[in-house]
Amino acid sequence: MTTPLLCIRDLHARVADREVLKGINLEVPAGEVHAIMGPNGSGKSSLSHVLAGKPGYTVTRGSVTFKGQDLLALPPEERAREGVFLGFQYPVEIPGVNNAYLLRAALNAARRHRNEPEVDAFDFLTLVKARMQLMRMDESFLSRGVNEGFSGGEKKRNEILQMLVLEPSLAVLDETDSGLDIDALKVVAAGIQTLRSPERAIVLVTHYQRLLDHVTPDRVHVLARGRIVRSGGPELALELERRGYDWLLDDAA
Amino acid sequence: MSTQDPSLDALLARGYQHGFVTDIESDTVAPGLDRDTVRFISAKKGEPQFLLDWRLRALDRWFEMKEPHWPKLHYTPIDYQDISYYSAPKAKTDGPKSLADVDPKLLATYEKLGVPLHERARLAGVAVDAVFDSVSVATTFKDRLSAAGVIFCPFSEAVQKHPELIERWLGTVVPYGDNYYAALNSAVFTDGSFVYIPKGVRCPMELSTYFRINAAKTGQFERTLIVADEGSHVSYLEGCTAPMRDENQLHAAVVELLALDDAQIKYSTVQNWYPGDENGVGGIYNFVTKRGECRGRNSRISWTQVETGSAITWKYPSCVLRGENSVGEFYSVAVTANYQQADTGTKMIHIGANTRSTIVSKGISAGHAQNTYRGLVSVMPGAHGARNFTQCDSLLLGSDCGAHTIPYIEVKNPQAIVEHEASTSRISEEQLFYCLQRGLSQEDAINLIVGGFCKTVFRELPMEFAVEAQNLLAVSLEGAVG
Repeated sequence: MTTPLLCIRDLHARVADREVLKGINLEVPAGEVHAIMGPNGSGKSSLSHVLAGKPGYTVTRGSVTFKGQDLLALPPEERAREGVFLGFQYPVEIPGVNNAYLLRAALNAARRHRNEPEVDAFDFLTLVKARMQLMRMDESFLSRGVNEGFSGGEKKRNEILQMLVLEPSLAVLDETDSGLDIDALKVVAAGIQTLRSPERAIVLVTHYQRLLDHVTPDRVHVLARGRIVRSGGPELALELERRGYDWLLDDAA
Repeated sequence: MSTQDPSLDALLARGYQHGFVTDIESDTVAPGLDRDTVRFISAKKGEPQFLLDWRLRALDRWFEMKEPHWPKLHYTPIDYQDISYYSAPKAKTDGPKSLADVDPKLLATYEKLGVPLHERARLAGVAVDAVFDSVSVATTFKDRLSAAGVIFCPFSEAVQKHPELIERWLGTVVPYGDNYYAALNSAVFTDGSFVYIPKGVRCPMELSTYFRINAAKTGQFERTLIVADEGSHVSYLEGCTAPMRDENQLHAAVVELLALDDAQIKYSTVQNWYPGDENGVGGIYNFVTKRGECRGRNSRISWTQVETGSAITWKYPSCVLRGENSVGEFYSVAVTANYQQADTGTKMIHIGANTRSTIVSKGISAGHAQNTYRGLVSVMPGAHGARNFTQCDSLLLGSDCGAHTIPYIEVKNPQAIVEHEASTSRISEEQLFYCLQRGLSQEDAINLIVGGFCKTVFRELPMEFAVEAQNLLAVSLEGAVG
């Protein structure tokens, strides 16, 4: 049996004095899409942040291995270069910084890390324009400031665009579906489907079933009060849609 | 303009004339400043009487003045009598013989900044004779300029060749008694640049290009005068992104810009003098007076500055908007790291009707640095329809630095529209993490964010300097955070 791409064991983490993760166990093999669902405050975003190495979180117990190495020992930028991508729930605006410039810098940082030659401006534009077409984004986005003045939906599309250009081994998408209208949801879902491949894994953090109508997950996990309280196949998401979370919360208490 | 009778000055001067004749052979004058020092400098330069008289009036005025202490700057008092006010340019053979003899650290910095190879030797002070490329390029530029009728030469050369222009315009924008440092400069300046653009002429090149290749070491009291005659255009860049070695701690330059009817002057500065070490030891004190006057109708003066150097910067490039419909602009990025202090800003004086001004100031502080924006927008009673827009943003890196914004607004015309926006922010953890999560290093992330913060100013720079300025920012903030 091969080791899973991502392996989380008994993960505990705090923010300030509050324990937000209380023993997460999760294995995500390459080639699979896992959905993590759960009510507000259950720890979904915290889990994404801890995986990406966001400052402010302290891991108090447990381990995370990614491609067989200790992920928690790496600083955030090295996790990214190793192929961990976080799609932000609230992508931040960076005024004056060209969207294309950041993306190319990101791509080249990863390529340098893999001892691959950097892409020049021409090849980069060819690549990014093809991906933008897929995301139905206007080319003017390239020269705009990073997320500057973007609508909520535009920001989310931009996250998926970045993901498609960077082609990470593990994409953790934190509520990428929230705030999207139906059309934008379909575009974002199509983008996610494009990345699906036997060597990659995708973790979708979401409240709702509707994204999963377009991206069928291999596994669904329910997070409540910092723990995974139920795991199942795609049918679990449908059940949650019908019954809500309350029936599972009692188990977690 | 004179506060004294010139003939009296001449009389007084006579009594000392013999006293310094023999000294004129020497290359340096002993520390100290009195009327003899000024006479010595003027004689060394072979200046006409009017200029000597003007210098002496400036000196007399300076003796009556007090060093200003209103800026938010702290430094050990300067002993003005302990400075030598003249030393002849060093012989060319003093410098390193070739790039191989130059401090590798300095060369590494040029590399990072992207300074063209042929300029590195000159900047590093390699004996000029060895730098053939630059000399020939400079000659070509010179031919093109003179074909257009543009005068661009060292100030001392202009005094010899065009004394009538100097006598007519010198001190008409910054009078010798304007302020303490301007008075000192007027008395003892040794050289600088003079530019005259004739009527209707659009200067055929950025004077920056020329300047970078041909810049002479002009010393600590530099004097620049740019006159744009009716309908002319000129873009001038002072300084260089590359660090220049300089042994003088005190610098007090004066820059005067004069735009007549329909003329435009764009003056860009990249200042990267030695800021002192990481403990704040050493470093240059930079007390500069820069002022432009839009004397003519529809004239325009733009100041763009990127200030990253000097231990202390005291500098307020200003515009006097006298001509109707004239426009003044000020775009500034001031970076202070370690123990640097900057008190900088601008003054926009609206005198004529329908005058407009724009101020965009970006201050960045890191380490223990203090960065102050001090600006004045003044609208005089006759400035009907005057407009000003001011935006002052400060960015803090780390928790031991400071940013201060001190805007003064005086409006004496009820129709004027004056807008002021200000913000102070810390570099956002969210922005930083976003970049790190995309794989950028901490340093690249900071440079990216700071570069974005400064973008509105950088795009005002001449094209070839915009990239260098961005790199300069990165070098200046190296190790400032982390």
